[in-house]
Amino acid sequence: MTPIVIQLTSVTKVYRSGSLAVPALRGVSLSIRTGEYVAISGPSGSGKSTLMHILGCLDVATAGEYRLAGEDVSQLTEEKLARIRNQRVGFVFQQFNLLSSASAWRNVELPLVYAGIPRASRRTRAITALSRVGLANRVEHRPGEMSGGQQQRVAVARALVTDPALVLADEPTGNLDSAATEDVLAVFDELHAAGRTVVVITHDAEVAARAARVIVLRDGAILSDTGCDTTARGTARVWSAR
Amino acid sequence: MSWLETIRTGLSTLRSHRLRSGLTMLGILIGIAAVILTVGLGQGAQEQVNARIGALGTNLLVVTPGSSTGSGGVRGGAGTATTLTVQDATALSSTVVAPDIAAVAPTVQRSQTLDTPSANWTTTVVGTTPDWLSVRARQMQQGRFLTDADLRSDASVTVLGATTAAQLFDTDPVGQTVSLNGLPMTVVGVLQPSGSNGGANQDDQALVPLTTAQQRLLGGAARTSVQAIYLEATGPDTLSAAYQEANAELLSLHHITTAADADFVIASQQSLLDTAASVARTLTVLLASVAGISLLVGGIGVMNIMLVSVTERVREIGLRKALGATPQNIRRQFLAESSMLGLMGGLVGAILGLLGSWLLSAALGQPIPTSVVAIAVSITVAVLVGVVSGVYPASRAARLAPIDALRSE
Repeated sequence: MTPIVIQLTSVTKVYRSGSLAVPALRGVSLSIRTGEYVAISGPSGSGKSTLMHILGCLDVATAGEYRLAGEDVSQLTEEKLARIRNQRVGFVFQQFNLLSSASAWRNVELPLVYAGIPRASRRTRAITALSRVGLANRVEHRPGEMSGGQQQRVAVARALVTDPALVLADEPTGNLDSAATEDVLAVFDELHAAGRTVVVITHDAEVAARAARVIVLRDGAILSDTGCDTTARGTARVWSAR
Repeated sequence: MSWLETIRTGLSTLRSHRLRSGLTMLGILIGIAAVILTVGLGQGAQEQVNARIGALGTNLLVVTPGSSTGSGGVRGGAGTATTLTVQDATALSSTVVAPDIAAVAPTVQRSQTLDTPSANWTTTVVGTTPDWLSVRARQMQQGRFLTDADLRSDASVTVLGATTAAQLFDTDPVGQTVSLNGLPMTVVGVLQPSGSNGGANQDDQALVPLTTAQQRLLGGAARTSVQAIYLEATGPDTLSAAYQEANAELLSLHHITTAADADFVIASQQSLLDTAASVARTLTVLLASVAGISLLVGGIGVMNIMLVSVTERVREIGLRKALGATPQNIRRQFLAESSMLGLMGGLVGAILGLLGSWLLSAALGQPIPTSVVAIAVSITVAVLVGVVSGVYPASRAARLAPIDALRSE
């Protein structure tokens, strides 16, 4: 068994609007090991987006503990969370969220800019990441000059470029046609085969079926979990010692 | 993330919104250009006023007679009386009576026609003494000025202004003869041009010895009286002392006991200088404050655009935060963008201001000085405007929660 990369213990999230308290997560406990390919599924309002925000350190839990790559990140300051997001998590969004005025490699290097990596090595690393998603010939293209599938693959390259402990995708195929969906899912398969930890949030059963482990949420709690992905292969570089 | 990276990021953002960045800069640009131009104009006006008044003669006092009273009791205007005399001028030149008066130049003048065989020209003929040259702060262009010997001998010599000389002679006028009221006069010198001053063209006159003017040209009351006495104080500090001495001496010479009954007026160029300078200063302040207000409006424009840009770029901010930007990174990026807008606006505005003052000075035919200090200050102000108007939008951007930012459509 590979080491645990995500460990949630009784995580609760309550949104407050005025005097109204809306529970979004009611005590979720979960562990994901290095190299697992996990799909988190569930109907709208099941809490999967909230879970994704907490997993991605975009938001903090109201109660409970979250350890990411061994570090307790449940109650960190905004600055520390930014550092964690930068170094440990790679995001892929439904809307791609690429900067339209910047070329592919400029988009991919963005996390490295915030990590303070020198300019010279940023371009090399960005091009390497783009090659891994099959876009070596699109380095200087702008998002507007690429198809949806290509744009999403640029976003995947951006998620990979910092060599994060976790690649977190939120409805990555929601805006793509079936051919482009296949392209992106193929990239995830490759990442999985290469020993990456991939967590995909989706309500698409077909997408969820590609994952080795499916967790279904309902009303802020885990409804079902197919159990640990036994195909997970740990790689030498799981979480860096940065 | 280093400042250099922040500036690069800001620059690429500004470049990707060229039109908006340009329009935003325009506000600051116009403000800075206007400040540089108006300050330059004001300084130019002030320098010119100073130069013109300086050209009248520094430390100058002018004594003119009071008004005359005709036989029917009709009083003439100021200067019509014939109460000032050569004796008054002689008394004032005594260093015992008036130690603070350096030079005295009594004058009589009349408009007369000068003839040469080939041309004629009507100008002001001024009879005066050799001190006139220093009192009026003039220089010779060629030849010599009137001398004491000319004065003693009622010599038939004249010194011409540059304009007068040009009207009468095509060739070197010195040594030539002009006919003045039938009297042949030898031209002994030409004055250096001083530039026109107010209504009277200081370069269009013919100077003759005072005695020659009184005895041979004017006649009548003009034989003893003078129309004005120009006094030069020993220095700017002694001007008021010189004024007091001249006033007291003339009152006593004219047997007048109360100063209010004085039959003469002493005017100082200093009061004129002060008035003109203060007018120019007021004008500069007025123009500069209008320009300053336009700079302020430009600054508010920058703040407005930066705030709009925060709202518009919520997703971008959310994305940058998701990718690891700290609130400080975001704040710096927005601050860098707005201060770069300020800096670029300031630089382009300074260039336009300089270009504008150059064009305007060419069009007006008068110099508009450009001070390095004004340019440096206005560029600094432009950057400050950018920074100040960026602070609030930047802190708003930095405070955005990443999930709210990402969620927005």
